Amino acid sequence: MSKKQIKTTVNGVEHEILVDSTWTLLETLRDQLKLTGTKEGCSNGNCGACTVMIDGVSSCSCLVLASEIDGREVTTVEGLADHGHLTPVQDAFVDNSGLQCGFCTPGFMIATTALLNENPHPSENEIRLKLAGNLCRCTGYDKIVRSVQDAAERLSNQQDVVERLP
Amino acid sequence: MTGEATQTLEMHERMPNFDYEAPTTLKAALELLARPGEVRPLAGGTDIIDQLKNNRRNADLVVDMKRVPELLKLEMNGVGLRIGSAVSCSAVHKFTSTHGIFPALSEASELVGSVHIQNRASIGGNVCNAAPSADTIPALLIHEAVAHTASASGGREIPLIDFFAGPGQTVLEKGEILKELLLPSPSKQTASAYLRFIPRNEMDIAVAGVGSLIEVDPANGIVTRARIALASVAPTPVRAYAAEELLEGAVIDAATIDKIADLAVEAAVPITDVRGSAEYRKELIRVLTKRTLNICLERLA
Repeated sequence: MSKKQIKTTVNGVEHEILVDSTWTLLETLRDQLKLTGTKEGCSNGNCGACTVMIDGVSSCSCLVLASEIDGREVTTVEGLADHGHLTPVQDAFVDNSGLQCGFCTPGFMIATTALLNENPHPSENEIRLKLAGNLCRCTGYDKIVRSVQDAAERLSNQQDVVERLP
Repeated sequence: MTGEATQTLEMHERMPNFDYEAPTTLKAALELLARPGEVRPLAGGTDIIDQLKNNRRNADLVVDMKRVPELLKLEMNGVGLRIGSAVSCSAVHKFTSTHGIFPALSEASELVGSVHIQNRASIGGNVCNAAPSADTIPALLIHEAVAHTASASGGREIPLIDFFAGPGQTVLEKGEILKELLLPSPSKQTASAYLRFIPRNEMDIAVAGVGSLIEVDPANGIVTRARIALASVAPTPVRAYAAEELLEGAVIDAATIDKIADLAVEAAVPITDVRGSAEYRKELIRVLTKRTLNICLERLA
């Protein structure tokens, strides 16, 4: 076991932290940086509760060593809203009741944001396939899928407004 | 702050002790890998970190290979497709599907866990983890991938079929790594497909998997090359040689496909386990062989 000084940007904030060689990114986020929005579920890459973006790409933070993020940018659920203003993805989940207990929700927020960044107009099948790595034990997924479809629509309308601006 | 963090972390299921290095040159990486003790290369980490947590593999030193430029190459050249061993499944899926090449590999690289796993998991790691159920391996085998290795004393070129020594075991020696996989470009009259069976729609381990490749002479419909590889039905991924031999030189029709499927089943020596019985797995090989061959025919049409 050894310690390593790493430099990383988490939710736009630069951190220089000392991490243990055996810590996962999930442990560093929750226990060291106190960003407890990211959840630990299965800890083996099946449930997606710990999903974060690393350099914009969705990843299970339980299967990443903290040392690996040296020089990388990490986005957690805490980094989505802008000064308390929810993103269209977050608004869509609230308005469509795309959550019940909320434990899986941070993972779904990140997974949905990453999905819509890459594919702004996914079909229902694509949504179900691309979110298969995020498990919810409460809602049964239909409301989640509706939330994602609504989020896609909101983002696309937002884009339309931006394009119509002079 | 540090004391508090350590206290919280002790409550977790902790990983065994190991050191971590992230070399930026192949030479430095190979020197680290030659060190005494259990030295584990890490690319995506999606298998090895889980295995370390569960004491299924151990490590004194973990060497992160993702900063070694040679291992991140993904390109088509005059000979074929070069996949650096640390290139992610997502990158391989995007590259092959965008270019419309190596369809079986394109399909298989989109089946390795969830999107979040595919974004980090490397094809090289899927190969080196050597699970009999690994989805990308049959696809690589039918496309005649050659494993290029590297070690402090040089490197080897190993046809991928000779790369596996048993479940979770490869022929790599101490200090030797998989550097890249090279897949020769197939002719235009070639089609390939990979299918696996799992009880759910996605995110599961193959009960059985089949990759098929055929090259057909458009003048007379005769199969000039056939490759069939099976997953999850033997201690290592296997090729169905007898099925391939019968197919080569034959005109492919429904009756031929039935015979080929019977021969493919004979190459399977499955076990009965929690995911399926041996008999069920053999039946799956029969069905998946037919389906993949029919997909190949559709792709050639």
